Amino acid sequence: MTEPAPHPDAPLLEVEDLSVTYRAGDREVHAVRGVSFSLEPGEMLGLAGESGSGKTTVALSLLRLLSKNARVAGEVRFRGEDLLTADWRRMRAVRWAEASVVFQGAMSALNPVRSIGEQIREAILLHESVGEEAARRRTAELLDSVGVPASRAGNYPHELSGGQRQRVMIAMALACRPQLIIADEPTTALDVIVQAQILRLLADLVRDHDISLVMISHDLAVLGETCERLAVMYAGRMVESGPARQLIQDPRHPYTNALSSAFPVLGDPASRMAPAGLPGDPPDLSTLRPGCSFAPRCPQVMEACTEREVALWPAGDERLSACLRVLPDYPDQHQEQHLAARVGARSGS
Amino acid sequence: MVRFARAYVQLPTGVVGALILVGVAALALSAPLFIHPSDLSVSKASGPLLHPPLDGYPLGTDQPGRSVLDLVIWGARPSLTIGLIATALTVLVGSSIGLMAGHYEGFVSRSLMHVTDWFIALPSLPLAICLAAVLGQGAVSITIAIAITSWTGTARLVRAQALAVEARPFIERAKALGASDRQIMLRHVLPNVAPLILVSSTLTIASAILSATTLTFLGLGDPTDVSWGTMLNQAFGQGAVTGGAWWYLLPPGLAILVVVLGFTMVGRAVEQILNPKMENRR
Amino acid sequence: MSSVEVIGQAGPDPAGPPERGPAARSDLPSYLAKKVAAAVVSFFMVLVIGFVIFSLMPSNPVAAITRGRRTSTEQQQFLHEQFGLDKPWWEQFGDFVWRTLHGDLGYSWGYQDSVSSLVLSRLGPTLLLMGAATLISVVLGLWLGIRSGWRHGSLLDRLASGTALTLWSVPTFWLGLILLVLFASGGVGPIPSIFPAGNMSTPGSGSGFTPAHILDVAWHLFLPCLTMVAVIFGQYVTIMRSSIIDELGSPYLLTARAKGLRDDDVRRKHAVPNALLPSVTVIFLQLGTMVGGAITVETVFSWPGLGYLTFTALKIPDLPLLEGTFIVFSSTVIVFNLLADILYRFLDPRVRQQ
Repeated sequence: MTEPAPHPDAPLLEVEDLSVTYRAGDREVHAVRGVSFSLEPGEMLGLAGESGSGKTTVALSLLRLLSKNARVAGEVRFRGEDLLTADWRRMRAVRWAEASVVFQGAMSALNPVRSIGEQIREAILLHESVGEEAARRRTAELLDSVGVPASRAGNYPHELSGGQRQRVMIAMALACRPQLIIADEPTTALDVIVQAQILRLLADLVRDHDISLVMISHDLAVLGETCERLAVMYAGRMVESGPARQLIQDPRHPYTNALSSAFPVLGDPASRMAPAGLPGDPPDLSTLRPGCSFAPRCPQVMEACTEREVALWPAGDERLSACLRVLPDYPDQHQEQHLAARVGARSGS
Repeated sequence: MVRFARAYVQLPTGVVGALILVGVAALALSAPLFIHPSDLSVSKASGPLLHPPLDGYPLGTDQPGRSVLDLVIWGARPSLTIGLIATALTVLVGSSIGLMAGHYEGFVSRSLMHVTDWFIALPSLPLAICLAAVLGQGAVSITIAIAITSWTGTARLVRAQALAVEARPFIERAKALGASDRQIMLRHVLPNVAPLILVSSTLTIASAILSATTLTFLGLGDPTDVSWGTMLNQAFGQGAVTGGAWWYLLPPGLAILVVVLGFTMVGRAVEQILNPKMENRR
Repeated sequence: MSSVEVIGQAGPDPAGPPERGPAARSDLPSYLAKKVAAAVVSFFMVLVIGFVIFSLMPSNPVAAITRGRRTSTEQQQFLHEQFGLDKPWWEQFGDFVWRTLHGDLGYSWGYQDSVSSLVLSRLGPTLLLMGAATLISVVLGLWLGIRSGWRHGSLLDRLASGTALTLWSVPTFWLGLILLVLFASGGVGPIPSIFPAGNMSTPGSGSGFTPAHILDVAWHLFLPCLTMVAVIFGQYVTIMRSSIIDELGSPYLLTARAKGLRDDDVRRKHAVPNALLPSVTVIFLQLGTMVGGAITVETVFSWPGLGYLTFTALKIPDLPLLEGTFIVFSSTVIVFNLLADILYRFLDPRVRQQ
């Protein structure tokens, strides 16, 4: 049923130099700054970061779902087609039929006054030329495939458990057989056991249907279980990316390090806002200072960190990091002496 | 306070509203300086009878030959007075009941809220008409009727806010230090609820003026007073409508419109500053 | 909102509907029983208030009732006994409740007729006027409110809000007077008198459901209905607008957009059904209070309904008639509030039981 992609060899999704600026009154918030990544067909990519790191903004900008006060720059090429310049009719056709979203908090992401069956059918009827009856059958199959009894199609979201609602969200995302699913914190607000079930379900379905997945979470461990490749965002920038296991076990950016050591338990909601053991707050994105955004909180900060911000730089096999210390001209021994100057650097800033 | 004033000046609606009110108040207060009581007397009126605007009578004359302009200016005095006094009564009754319902628990709170709900369910105008009819014609009974029918809104608002304040830790501390119920309500809760009362009272004045005019129009006012309500009552009663005397009907209504708009604009501006979240809701 | 409904409210509905959230989550029969019981208690309170106002507050009820009429001492004495004024107040109250429950609202001095039959004969015209005005206002108000809220800050929104606020600030009766002077007096400039100055039909135009009569009534209905609509539609705009704005940030709207729905469909199929729920309740609550709006409009247009009856009762003054209309108006409000509760229960799936 999938039409051949314009460029068969090209990646499914290529994001290049994506920047998003929110206008709030006379302030400008630079929520995303120069993010680039790509996704092969069938690949699963995890996007990690604290609240406010810009990861959800990235996710929503892929389908141009951001509010009107957001200015988006860069390129989002989906099967070779730049979505940021596509007209709205085309955009609406891409939405859900080719790329769908599993939103966080299904309780509020599902319409409370319409039955779940209706909400799934709506997507099918909108994008596929099938009749009401066929849509009904497909809805039943979809519910069945996510482990929700098809008899519950007439139920309203509040009548389901949290886990079931999230399953319904997944069924809905699969409704039009998309090639890409964007899952934005699909398991927050669920208890640990249900989280694990939902993650496994999502991963299995995506694998079975050969769908690509961009999964977003504040929780590196969650992402590490599902995704092959991870990317870490901080203050609107991508600070590190690489194969999941290596990235978690041997981080090349101090922020990843803090993030990965911050989650001893899978999905501890308390540590959602700020990784434990990391002092300070994320920077205010409306007034950015020169230098690395992470410098004020970085346990390994060097003097040069407050002066220049480095782009992603190769840091090993298939790995990139935006930390000065991975640059060839900054060998490790520099680290100790600059660490001593850290207090001075911070109070001077 | 300075911050409040600075934020207020930023809001065009608030500034316009305040200017309107200051202008009307100045005109009403200074009216005795340029309008002589004899100008308003029915028997001493010297103008032509029910005449469209002409020289010396820029807004025309009424049935007995008084200047409509003089009447409208003078009419601001009783109309504003009733509005202010009725609002003061309303706010006093509403806030006391709201504070008590928010402070005491159990039976007292529940019965106060039941009474409030019953009063909210009553249609205000018929109730006010009945009250004023039994109390007799005049400004006093209109004022009382308005107060009795409009305290419920304030009471509910104040109670909701008082409940929130009562839940804060410093109330607990005050109780532990042995503060009496009265002290807690007046010294601790009231100052925190006061901004809300201020907002609701500017809006209450607007509706009180409208209500007073309505009741007066229906013939519950003192017919010898000169107010916007009595003007319209007399115009209606003396055939200004069938006679096409638009100059007699238009000014008092526009005066009411301007004053009510003024209070509403000020109220909303104050609300916007005190509670920015409400900004988009109105 | 008119000068009429405005009493008792600080601006267009700041408080919203009375709390009816979690408490409504019981099963249907007991929910209904609770609401009906509350309505009965409210009705009883109306009787108490009516009794207090008309029987206890006047120091001499007979004098109050016969005010403005010459009565001899014998007549006064007769009335005194007839009203049972020598009995203690609780017996008087018992009699009053008993009579009211049996549909006996007393005897009108002005009309020399029973209040109940007077009220009944005036009910039809009021229902016609209120019904027509409400229907038009609700449709117009909701339509404008939805569009204003969805694009809040737009030109349409600012126009609608400005118009609503201005009309809200105008006394209902004054608007009626101005419309009358403009379109029914023939006395203002070149504007001809195109509408009748009052009443519900032209005398001798026939009756019943003949097309000519219906047209005639509609012609008489136009100006009073326009007056009511002008003053009340604004509150529906305000209510609907703010509930749409409340929904704007909801995640389910983002879901709907992500599905590829057009903006219009996101609004129609997702935002409106959710925003309507709180609005419907508030609208029904307003319907009750709007009944009072009949008084001034009917007075200005001498529309032969309950409101005009109230005005004449006030003018005579005819206290038993006034008391009767008060009880009828209040009961209508109670019934509408009950309907609002029931409707809410059936509309919201979150409260509705499967």
